[in-house]
Amino acid sequence: MTEVQAMEAGTATTTYALAKALNAGMRKAMEDDPKVLVMGEDVGRLGGVFRVTDGLQKDFGEERVIDTPLAESGIVGTAIGLALRGYRPVVEIQFDGFVFPAADQIITQLAKMRMRSLGALSLPVVVRIPCGGGIGAVEHHSESPENYFTHTAGLRVVACSNPADAYTMIQQSIASPDPVIFFEPKRRYWEKAPVETDPARWLPLHQARVVNPGEHVTVLAYGPSVKTCLEAASAAADEGRSLEVIDLRSLNPLDIGTVVESVNRTGRCVVVHEAPVFSGYGAELAARVTEKCFYRLEAPVLRVGGPSTPYPPSRLEDHYLPDLDRILDAVDRTFAW
Amino acid sequence: MTIDSVRGAPATPAHAEPDLVQLLTPEGERVEHPDYPLDLSPEEIRGLYRDLVTVRRLDLEAVALTRQGELGIWASLLGQEAAQIGSGRALGDHDMAFPSYREHAVAWCRKVEPLKLLGLFRGVNHGGWDPAEHGFHLYTIVIGSQTLHATGYAMGIQRDGVLGTPSAGATIAYFGDGATSQGDVNESFVFASVFNAPVVFFCQNNQWAISEPLERQSRIPLYKRAQGYGFPGVRVDGNDVLACLAVTRKALEAARTGQGPTLIEAFTYRMGAHTTTDDPTRYRLKTEEEAWKLKDPIERVKAYLVRSDMADQSFFDEIEAEAKAVASDLRKQCLALPDPRPLEMFENVYAERHPLMTEEQEQFAAYLASFEEVSS
Ligand SMILES: Cc1ncc(C[n+]2csc(CCOP(=O)(O)OP(=O)(O)O)c2C)c(N)n1
Repeated sequence: MTEVQAMEAGTATTTYALAKALNAGMRKAMEDDPKVLVMGEDVGRLGGVFRVTDGLQKDFGEERVIDTPLAESGIVGTAIGLALRGYRPVVEIQFDGFVFPAADQIITQLAKMRMRSLGALSLPVVVRIPCGGGIGAVEHHSESPENYFTHTAGLRVVACSNPADAYTMIQQSIASPDPVIFFEPKRRYWEKAPVETDPARWLPLHQARVVNPGEHVTVLAYGPSVKTCLEAASAAADEGRSLEVIDLRSLNPLDIGTVVESVNRTGRCVVVHEAPVFSGYGAELAARVTEKCFYRLEAPVLRVGGPSTPYPPSRLEDHYLPDLDRILDAVDRTFAW
Repeated sequence: MTIDSVRGAPATPAHAEPDLVQLLTPEGERVEHPDYPLDLSPEEIRGLYRDLVTVRRLDLEAVALTRQGELGIWASLLGQEAAQIGSGRALGDHDMAFPSYREHAVAWCRKVEPLKLLGLFRGVNHGGWDPAEHGFHLYTIVIGSQTLHATGYAMGIQRDGVLGTPSAGATIAYFGDGATSQGDVNESFVFASVFNAPVVFFCQNNQWAISEPLERQSRIPLYKRAQGYGFPGVRVDGNDVLACLAVTRKALEAARTGQGPTLIEAFTYRMGAHTTTDDPTRYRLKTEEEAWKLKDPIERVKAYLVRSDMADQSFFDEIEAEAKAVASDLRKQCLALPDPRPLEMFENVYAERHPLMTEEQEQFAAYLASFEEVSS
């Protein structure tokens, strides 16, 4: 159900900005389970640099909302230890570009402990990462590191795109017995939408959602790009083209069923993400869609994303980020075959 | 439920002020320290004053430019001028500095044009000066990374076999109190120590890492950590430009003559916000800021100059006017800074032309050109 449908059905109860929805979701998880901890740099008194954890320390105390030393490897590594001791740490990495000091702990330890212990050990750790560009920041503050983690077996990797999902997905991630890398689209933090508070109506965490039903082209997106794709869909509709936009939500595991069902109907597929296209997540999608929908495809699967360059200085980020025009351009090209 | 997470206070809390090397009191009184003799001419002291006033002025201008939307963000050095000018003026031609992102005054000492610093914060480039030309590396935003680079570079100097000769250089790595928690910084201490590398670790302990106080990074004074790695640590009054100069000089000289690393903890205070997007009222008390105001690094040099008849009002007026001119110059240049061309994104990613880069650049050029056609 889309947010608008939820509103119409009278099931959505509260309107939140995305950052606030995450805050409310974490708060709910902390109320429900005393083992849930929040930890990271500046998450306490400051409430995080994006204020996502605002007020949590005040209400749950310093033992449950922990301002850690400035050490990412330390943050994730100790979260692993806490999880081994029965806690459920929700870790905040301040910005995408700063997850790399913790990459060792995430990739070599967090992802692998269940398998190494033949299933005896469980690490219900959530690593929250504000991701993507578009906020005019300096370098290392606008990256899209999802691929490093989708490539690592043993991790669940999810990306929310709107307040409703932010609220539900953070709670589902905290409840998950597996480690979850949780991407938050930082340029969408301040956008508001209604939130569904009744768990009975939530989509499972691993499931993709059709956010705009359409007939002619399937557009696959996640995180910050979803909104841009919805805008592209409405621009395309003005020209008589109907785009089906799918918000993948979970990158690993991927809900390929929803994607295949759609592409088999539309015969065309465009993938949109902010990360560089070369060797990016879109390549995985393109390969899978080609394999599963080969005889239904009218055109190759096209990808729209960042160039294979480091994230540029912010005055160029409008050129780097996939925008409406580049998405529509790719849509046009799928009709040229 | 209460959990005893902070057990008995350590013998010397991280913020206590023992063994602070000081040559100039907050009142501007010159004092001696047995280990750090310093003999400066009045001209040199006036020069330090000029530096301090100029960099403060430049910093204020950058803050103002940020407020007016000309810079995306700015990390102000307000309060840390003495630590940076003192250490920066201790550097010689053969030395190489590895800054984090707040070392605008060290950049000033290394003759990096102030405008170049703005490029990063305005979002037109990621740095853009030639580190070799200035003996001043690019700013490093990932906390602590540069301390390892400084150590490796120092190991290179060591391998060149110049230590102990007049052409010997050393490196100096700048970082904050928060950075001392990073793995990289601890690893750089290990490398520097076991290889006896000619590197000076210059920690500006400005008491805060964004909202986290020093106590969240350490339970002992930071300079004492050096002992555990096997090299000397010293704490200097970071608001005393003379002491910072003397202490850094001595540490650099030790490094250049093969005596290995030193950790300097410059005990100072970040008077402003962490950056222009930060709100310090959420986490720190006005009274703390007020107390540190009394230790202002510029006022004490001024008092010293007056007290010892080394300068009169006309000198101070002249410096003020000069600093103002430098700042207004910076403002003009900043406003004139052009945005980079979109295709620049594809430049300098590799030294050797890369086929994928060429392909993407051509595609992008064609895409941009398609708009020209539509509009013409
Ligand atoms: C690895 C890493 N983690 C987090 C950040 C975000 N961040 C930027 S500055 C800062 C605080 C740094 O404090 P400190 O080292 O004391 O230096 P100061 O800014 O106070 O000079 C943080 C957490 C970062 N830049 N790099």
